[in-house]
Amino acid sequence: MSEDWPLYEVFIRSRSGLEHKHVGSLHAADARMAIEHARDVYTRRQEGVSIWVMRSADIIASDPEEADSLFEPARDKVYRHPTFYAIPEEVKNL
Amino acid sequence: MYTQALDTHGKEPLPAATGESGAQAQRFQARVDAEDKIEPKDWMPDAYRQTLIRQISQHAHSEIVGMLPEGNWITRAPSLRRKAVLIAKVQDEGGHGMYLYSAAETLGISRAQMFEQLLSGTAKYSSIFNYPTLTWADLGAIGWLVDGAAIMNQIPICRCSYGPYARAMVRICKEESFHQRQGFEIMLTLAQGSGAQRAMAQDALNRWWWPSIMMFGPSDADSKHTAQSMRWKIKRFSNDELRQKFVDITVPQAQFLGLAIPDRELRWDPGTQHYLIGPIDWNEFHAVLKGNGPCNRERLEARRAADEAGRWVREAAAAHARKQSTRTPQAP
Repeated sequence: MSEDWPLYEVFIRSRSGLEHKHVGSLHAADARMAIEHARDVYTRRQEGVSIWVMRSADIIASDPEEADSLFEPARDKVYRHPTFYAIPEEVKNL
Repeated sequence: MYTQALDTHGKEPLPAATGESGAQAQRFQARVDAEDKIEPKDWMPDAYRQTLIRQISQHAHSEIVGMLPEGNWITRAPSLRRKAVLIAKVQDEGGHGMYLYSAAETLGISRAQMFEQLLSGTAKYSSIFNYPTLTWADLGAIGWLVDGAAIMNQIPICRCSYGPYARAMVRICKEESFHQRQGFEIMLTLAQGSGAQRAMAQDALNRWWWPSIMMFGPSDADSKHTAQSMRWKIKRFSNDELRQKFVDITVPQAQFLGLAIPDRELRWDPGTQHYLIGPIDWNEFHAVLKGNGPCNRERLEARRAADEAGRWVREAAAAHARKQSTRTPQAP
């Protein structure tokens, strides 16, 4: 193989009603071939009812070095969760 | 299938490349120690990257070459059921190779480079595939023993510190257990069959037992990378530990089949509660790895022929894709 076909990321919807989930990647000459290869590589045991593929080069990802500045601010905001609030036992339906 | 302790066949890991700071290396090791997963864009020591590239690509090659000895029997499977099962298994091995090549690519090596290494003979793959499949019983022995040994090796890699490798391995292990069970079923059918069928099963066990035992790689005393791989949590158990586990679970299975393991020194040791095996012929192991096994040349020739025969298809697909992409989109 002199040149690699472009890399595609594969997303599979496992059942109707669920979201597409990233399962892996593969090489293909074009989008149609990427779908066909994804069928063979990632759904040999009925793992999916729908496939998305996209060129890996088109993904824009956050930088691991920036993880702290991106996600740290949410760390001390526990009041965003319902368990933060103390409600008396006898109060129902809350 | 089919990793074996291939970490021992490459060059020594490089010393820390210039520019790698001690602080970065310490942070990295602390994350690994905390069982955090390392992902492709994270900083990692160059030696960690190179070790993984070597191990994952060799593992991928093993899957791809592993299709050959079994593919050889698809047209001769004894029933339609066996044939359908064998096709599914061989197709799985191809799929496993694809998952692993993708995982290796996240470390910065290209698919083309890996293929080049395989076809030029510079890359290693599991020594087990350089043995021939002479009878139908060999397909049973491969599923039962070779896939069994591979599962034993691979389950701990599901917890490998490198995320993409660990995830590929989870998928592979899930698919692998049918491989081992269908192999045992073939052995069981033959073992309960006619005298000739039992003899065929015994003959397959005789030929596949030691190569399967060797799949776990050199003994711990000779395994130079084990300690570093364990610190990096690429490896969780030593070669000898995994080999012992395999022997302990497999001997009773052979007894159930009524087949004899070809090792006169094999015995149960009540002290350690383990089966102890006789000495392993490491000369054979190293000869096969060096390229002098019964089928090394045949396997590589088959891969090269497939690569050559498929070239026009790949070129045509690439040309078609280029043409399609330059066409002006039509109005809806």
